[in-house]
Amino acid sequence: MKLNVNGSTHEVDADPATPLLYVLRNDLELNAAKFGCGLGQCGACTVMVDGKAIFSCLTPILLLEGREIKTVEGLGTIDNPGPMQQAFIEEQAAQCGYCIPGMMMRAQALLQSKPDASDAEIQTTLEPNLCRCGTHMRILKAVRRARELMKTAAATPASGGRKI
Amino acid sequence: MNAPRFPNVTRRNLLLGTGALVVSFSLRNQVFAQEGELNVPAKPPEPVAPGPKLPGSLADTPSLDAWIRIDADSSVTVYTGKAELGQGTKTSLRQIAAEELEVPPASIKLITADTAITPNEGFTAGSQTVQNSGTAIRNAAAQVREILIQQASSKLQVPADQLKAKNGRITGPDGKSIGYGEVVMTDMLHVDAQPKSKLKSPEAYQYIGKPFARVDIPAKVTGGQAYVQDMRLPGMVHARVVRPPSWFATLKDIDTASIKAMPGVVAVIHDGNFLAVAAEKEFQAVQAMRALTNLAEWEEKPRLPNEQDMAAVLQKSESEQGVVAEAGADFAGGTETFSAQFLRPYQMHASIGPSCSVAHLDNGTMTVWTHTQGVYPDRKAIAQMLGMPLDKVRCIHTEGSGCYGHNGADDAAGDAALIARALPGRPVKVQWMRDQEHLWEPYGPAMLTKVSASLDASGKIVNWKYDLWSNTHSARPGSAGALLPGQLMASGYPPDKPVMNITPLGNGDRNAIPLYSIPNMRVLWHFVADMPVRVSSLRGLGAYANVFSIESFMDQLAKEAGTDPVEFRLKHMDDPRARKVITTAAEAFSWSNEPMPEGRGRGFAFAKYKNHAAYLALAMEIDVDKETGKIRIPRIVSAVDCGEAVAPDSIRNQTEGGIIQSLSWTLYEEVNFDNTRITSSDWSTYPILRFSAVPGSLDVHIVDNPGSPYLGVAEAAQGPTSAAIANAIANATGKRIYNLPFSPARVKATLGV
Amino acid sequence: MKFGRVLIGLGALITAGAAGAFAYAWKPEIAPINPPERASFDQALIEHGAKLAAVGNCTACHTNPGGKSFAGGLTLPTPFGTIYSSNITPDPETGIGTWSQAAFQRAMRDGIGRKGEHLYPAFPYDHFTIVSDDDNRALYAFLMTRQPVKATPPPNELSFPLNVRLVLAGWKMLFFKDGAYQADASQSEQWNRGAYLVNGLGHCGACHTPRNSLGAEKASLHLAGGEAEGWSAFALDGLSPAPVVWDKDSLFTYLRQGWHPDHGVANGPMGEVTGNLGLLPDSDIRAMATYVASVMGEPSADRRAKSEKLLQEVKSGLITSATSNDQSASSGGKGAAIYQAACAVCHENGRPQPFGGLDLRLSSTVHAPDPQNAINMVLYGLPAASGRTSAIMPGFADVLANDQLNDLLGYLRQHFTDEPAWADVVKRAADTRTGKYHVSIRPSDGIERGPSNIGAEDQ
Repeated sequence: MKLNVNGSTHEVDADPATPLLYVLRNDLELNAAKFGCGLGQCGACTVMVDGKAIFSCLTPILLLEGREIKTVEGLGTIDNPGPMQQAFIEEQAAQCGYCIPGMMMRAQALLQSKPDASDAEIQTTLEPNLCRCGTHMRILKAVRRARELMKTAAATPASGGRKI
Repeated sequence: MNAPRFPNVTRRNLLLGTGALVVSFSLRNQVFAQEGELNVPAKPPEPVAPGPKLPGSLADTPSLDAWIRIDADSSVTVYTGKAELGQGTKTSLRQIAAEELEVPPASIKLITADTAITPNEGFTAGSQTVQNSGTAIRNAAAQVREILIQQASSKLQVPADQLKAKNGRITGPDGKSIGYGEVVMTDMLHVDAQPKSKLKSPEAYQYIGKPFARVDIPAKVTGGQAYVQDMRLPGMVHARVVRPPSWFATLKDIDTASIKAMPGVVAVIHDGNFLAVAAEKEFQAVQAMRALTNLAEWEEKPRLPNEQDMAAVLQKSESEQGVVAEAGADFAGGTETFSAQFLRPYQMHASIGPSCSVAHLDNGTMTVWTHTQGVYPDRKAIAQMLGMPLDKVRCIHTEGSGCYGHNGADDAAGDAALIARALPGRPVKVQWMRDQEHLWEPYGPAMLTKVSASLDASGKIVNWKYDLWSNTHSARPGSAGALLPGQLMASGYPPDKPVMNITPLGNGDRNAIPLYSIPNMRVLWHFVADMPVRVSSLRGLGAYANVFSIESFMDQLAKEAGTDPVEFRLKHMDDPRARKVITTAAEAFSWSNEPMPEGRGRGFAFAKYKNHAAYLALAMEIDVDKETGKIRIPRIVSAVDCGEAVAPDSIRNQTEGGIIQSLSWTLYEEVNFDNTRITSSDWSTYPILRFSAVPGSLDVHIVDNPGSPYLGVAEAAQGPTSAAIANAIANATGKRIYNLPFSPARVKATLGV
Repeated sequence: MKFGRVLIGLGALITAGAAGAFAYAWKPEIAPINPPERASFDQALIEHGAKLAAVGNCTACHTNPGGKSFAGGLTLPTPFGTIYSSNITPDPETGIGTWSQAAFQRAMRDGIGRKGEHLYPAFPYDHFTIVSDDDNRALYAFLMTRQPVKATPPPNELSFPLNVRLVLAGWKMLFFKDGAYQADASQSEQWNRGAYLVNGLGHCGACHTPRNSLGAEKASLHLAGGEAEGWSAFALDGLSPAPVVWDKDSLFTYLRQGWHPDHGVANGPMGEVTGNLGLLPDSDIRAMATYVASVMGEPSADRRAKSEKLLQEVKSGLITSATSNDQSASSGGKGAAIYQAACAVCHENGRPQPFGGLDLRLSSTVHAPDPQNAINMVLYGLPAASGRTSAIMPGFADVLANDQLNDLLGYLRQHFTDEPAWADVVKRAADTRTGKYHVSIRPSDGIERGPSNIGAEDQ
């Protein structure tokens, strides 16, 4: 079946009942979305469908024909990171980093639909996503930074890192 | 080129063996553990001659070329036996090496824990990476630099003291220069390290202590390959295990033909109580696993203790006692004696990504990619389990999700190897499910502590008695019996017998000795050998419960003495660095005794991790809602001294993370079980902290000591955080909670109506 | 609710007998007092009051989620406009700190505030009126010893004439009968205790009884089913939709621990109810269960037989065959595929209640006459509670388009029940999504530890 992922259409040969997560990771070799629980409890698998954040571990691809799927890979590249990615790099918002793509997608969905989301709304929106390393403070800071970066083209660099 | 060190592994046969093992990576796109060329002809390691102790891990692996390699093109490779667990090791070790080698950190290829290639530094545990590996690498790098300068001196005909190393070149006063690559010779670095090195002084630092972006983050936020879960090897199959419903369960007869016939299934493994299935596609493996789970019938035994009664259970199960510390006389002095008892439940690592491993049996060699903390011990256990010679098993550390101690990684590696043995030639990736990780990872042991102390007329502590009851906090491999598959297989191995081991760095007794000046002290570990619940090392080991107990009790004593809690600690603390950290935290917090609105309280705590590693003090303000038992934390301020700060941002990150993780442990976490099964199998049954509960603000102040030895910092926050909450609750409500966690139900019950 | 009818009704009321109405409507102020000291209350009385407040679920309305307890400000959408709950902490300026015992009693018994103002029946004094004087004393002791919070809720948003409190006098005249509980001598003590709790502080009928156009409970349809916060509150009388019939034991278990293996977990607003009941002694919960069971009455022989058969099948693992109400193959096909791929992974994995997905053959939600709860569950699931164990179900609102939701619900209805298809699912789902039909989403509350002793038998 055909799936639209990050702007391109892919012909995927998989059982229609397959959760999107496995198709993304195995058939399309996209690494960002992660397996965390397969139960919709942790958010490590979060991607965007038609601009909304969903759990890819529980969404069978049979529901996704004709919908626009977006993963972290669709936000930018290592040479050209998008504002959300840029913000997370600037704020060094990761320890093990495993939960981060899910965080970024949920935050992206919020800020795309609500560019002026308040700090409190950001915090509430991220509730379905778990971080076990305790990186919460930086994640919130990074999303607030992303909010600014998404609004303005030019941005003053944040503290905390010399690029290598 | 470089020295022969490791037997039988050549670049040629490695590549042939693994096929797709890509050896050369650009940092920008991928951050796999294996970077750089592998060019290591065989020679067994030489015995270490006795002499003055070498710094850090050089003591075990003294040859410089085990740590550093310079190629003819001047490229630098650094080897470490430690692993990246999410603590930023890959970055901080680069900073250290770059500083002494005078090359940009980005240019360094860092190879982490690999039994074929890197030094054996045991486990990446106990917050010792920078302390041990960093120290070794720093000294090795400094000594390599001096060797290069010596060589350049003879090549350039310029006295060595007029030469300077910078940016990969050695330069003389008249501008004559020569690149590192032009200077290297075969076996040049195959020399043992010297006990002393010419280290750069802090004023000259370019990299150590400077803000430094982590090398792995860009790939992790742009979909690069970073984790063992991201590995894709040609011909790889996906595997799942089926675990028993409880640890002592046995499998009844089973006919797996129907599973074998499922779409895509290439193997069904039934070996004693070990069940697994492998399939071409991942979802096929998941579906086959579900079918196999339904098919399997188990006979279970009610072996678990009474969860409501752990204090009594632990005391009843005491098997031996050991003296952890003894000083002065037993019942000396004091006008009044106070005592308290504390209880900590089993708690779990609960890493966000369940364990995963890839194994490949090819041409008689089993290669295992694993996020274990100890590739060498894991290899040994796997080799024993498979009945293979050690040199035929290779374990390569590849990042997993956050690692906070001995979790399921070693077992998953064993699973992968056992399954790969049934599918020679095909790489096998095993992914544990969420409930498998929750139910089978070894937990942090339940602990009971009892403390009593007396104050003299001036309000000073004169004697102190501390008793703790706990299992061992280390069941790491070890033998094949330390691995789950090793236990479950038909020719299974019994779990390693737990042994009480009292050492300065501590196990269950870690941080059981207060750092405070107390003239008469006795600390005992009542060892509990019986482990009906699988336990091992969880971040901090005994320090979490011991510091919780000691620091809660210090506040209790302070109150009895009528002294401010911070004052009380300073009154008993001689160590100047501890005093500095305590006062820094208190001042940054604006600690006072000003009355606060109802329901609000402030709490303080301090510890020097292991009494050997980093110093950490923190103060926090909390709000307690009596009606709901919920605790809100508007602010936390901490101060940490870990010696010379290599990567300040990493220190902050680890400390913030440790504080928040400890908040979660302390407010929510306990493993639940009935008399047969663990019931905490996922996030619904083992809730952890979510965004709604994060503190309003969290500050970390680093007390830097440039030039002083590195002190491990990654676990320093666990214990003090828990006590600070307990102390803040007592301050806010007048009531103290002694049993962890401080769940809303427990807080409500303690406070009453 | 037809606003026009409301106006006419009230207008008629006010005009006819205006003088008498005025005499009835106007109530005097009760003098303010200084907030009483905690020491003036017996600790035992305060603790008794705490239990009663739990039955009454005061906190559910008088606490804004995330805010301070009892400080009010919760938004209560009603068909008549939006009401904000009041601050009932003992703060003298913004709460009830200046209320005497008599003022509190009057509020509970007659629905009148300290200053003589009529209270909106969103505060269910039509139930609280039966609470005894002694219990009111205990509740007063409890509330007056809570933490005072300075907080003024936003003003209510009601249109004229509903924003004129005097109008409520008319409502009361029509629909409100005040007075403490009178025991039914023909029933047992346990039954009476249950009736007192259920109809009084429990105010179960406030959700579980249908209301008329003026928002009053229909007395003749006591506990015949109602709605609350966007959820159907199922009938607790003979119309109960539960596929396995309730009895006093299963009702006790459910109310005690917030779930039952044959029925599922408490969700929606009921989650908080069972959570609160955790404070009560077994005897009170048994009493409530006994009373509700008697209201449900004996099921018909046919219904009981079906119920037994179902339990047998579920416990033996037999899958029921598709029923006679087979929908067209294609839509059943799509719905079936969605169910198999997205739902069965939890709802058919055998994990026991309360943390596993309920075997939908047992689900009242799927059997209910109204599809709203099924829509709510599928769209929003059960969010994780903060800081305690709770059943978690993900929501599928952003994953299912409305037609897919329709297919899925049609399949559930057809495959797991013998009931006729739901009408209007698409429109109802669309209104729910846009917020036109407002639904409150809460975690499943009050779940005690899961079932124990699964696996080996006690030896």
